[in-house]
Amino acid sequence: MGADRLVIDLENISFAYPDGRDVLSGLSFKLDKGARAGLIGPNGSGKTTLLHMIMGLIPPSEGAIRLFGREMRSEKDFHESRKNIGLVFQNPDDQLFSPTVLEDVAFGPLNLGASPEEARDIAVKTLKDLHLTGFEDRISYRLSGGEKKLVALATVLAMNPAVLVMDEPTTGLDEKTNDRIVSILNTLDKTLLIVSHEYNFLARTTDDFYGIRDGQIFYAGESATLHTHYHAHAAGEVPHKHI
Amino acid sequence: MLSETFAFGDSAIHRLDPRLRVVFAGLLSILTAILNRFPAVIFAVFLALVLIGASRLPVRQVLARLAVVNGLVLFIWLILPWTFEGTPVVEIGPLVGSWEGIRLCALITLKSNAIILALIALVATMPVATLGYALHHLHLPDKLVYLLLMTYRYIFVIETEYQQLARAARIRCFKPGTNLHTYKTYAYMVGMLFVRASARAQRVHQAMVCRGFSGKFYCLHEFAFKSSDWAWSSAMGISLIVLGGLEWAPIV
Repeated sequence: MGADRLVIDLENISFAYPDGRDVLSGLSFKLDKGARAGLIGPNGSGKTTLLHMIMGLIPPSEGAIRLFGREMRSEKDFHESRKNIGLVFQNPDDQLFSPTVLEDVAFGPLNLGASPEEARDIAVKTLKDLHLTGFEDRISYRLSGGEKKLVALATVLAMNPAVLVMDEPTTGLDEKTNDRIVSILNTLDKTLLIVSHEYNFLARTTDDFYGIRDGQIFYAGESATLHTHYHAHAAGEVPHKHI
Repeated sequence: MLSETFAFGDSAIHRLDPRLRVVFAGLLSILTAILNRFPAVIFAVFLALVLIGASRLPVRQVLARLAVVNGLVLFIWLILPWTFEGTPVVEIGPLVGSWEGIRLCALITLKSNAIILALIALVATMPVATLGYALHHLHLPDKLVYLLLMTYRYIFVIETEYQQLARAARIRCFKPGTNLHTYKTYAYMVGMLFVRASARAQRVHQAMVCRGFSGKFYCLHEFAFKSSDWAWSSAMGISLIVLGGLEWAPIV
């Protein structure tokens, strides 16, 4: 596979919290165009840190970040790359800051240079695609948790990024909303990187999954092998393969 | 926390261009605040009542809001007449009430009620978001407008977080009293709210940056000035002139 197919290429990334604790140490990770990858790891293992690093929100202490074949050096580089990589935050209340849904969904397109009319059209269409028609004038803080999550997804999809990155997309959601997100993700023709604790969710949305441990990422297998164990099982606690 | 009970309706005032309402509310409040003659002040109260009538708000709820203001005004009545130097009119023991003090109290009472009524009729009849966009179109600095809009958006989130903290304390049998333990607990709660609010502000900013935010806000809302708005603005202009005339015209 040629280097031009790589959308995310992290090389030897290290990062320590301000208190000196190492989170990532010498981490390398590559993601191809069109790949659908899941990322599993214990709490505090640096998954969110990693996603924020890909978005350029926090700089690594060491190592190189290449996105779409370009080395990212400055905020200006990331400002460009964010047009093509969308991050859905774990908590939709962090993402939805506008008074109404329509304004929030139109925010990204406006930043990309769309005129107010174009942004409005894009927002209306995106909401329609996610079966959220009628939500335009709803007040964001009055939405339910599931609705907030779907709208947060809409705010990112409205920018039509080539890569969709999601941080724990299913936390606190009911089965129905969960299913809706799965079906939305499965109709998207985008490169996916999803951080989740839910094996079943990753099995339904991704092709491969990775683990993160001791500050490093490792390939853990095909997502189809992922499942939750409800029975006693020697390996029930950790991702594993049945042979 | 913010119920916006008056914001949605279908009266003549609700249909007015929000920009016009904000400008008129501003001018009327400033003018009323500097009035000094009773006929002018009474005319201001009359104007405010006309606006309230036109906005068709529930009288009982409007009175409930006025009660809050007049609670403060009551304190002025308790203090000002007895401390203001002037012609004595009442004497209760060592306390001497002056005519000038009473006059000033009456002025303050009428003025504050007129201003509050006008603001209720003109500004409380639009959602906070609309107020924000109106201010944006009136060329108030972006930062102030978005400070208002984001405060409005996150005040509910912060309230929920406060409720969570309060519940967490209550389920562990916390009962507020007059003791150090209570003060400490409340101090922790307030401190925790500040910490959470600041962490949230950071995350919200990050989420905005991820969607291409680079410091410039765009506004989706456009307002249209209708013919009825022109009619109202002329009426408003005339009433301001009459108000000024009543105050500053030389007494013959």
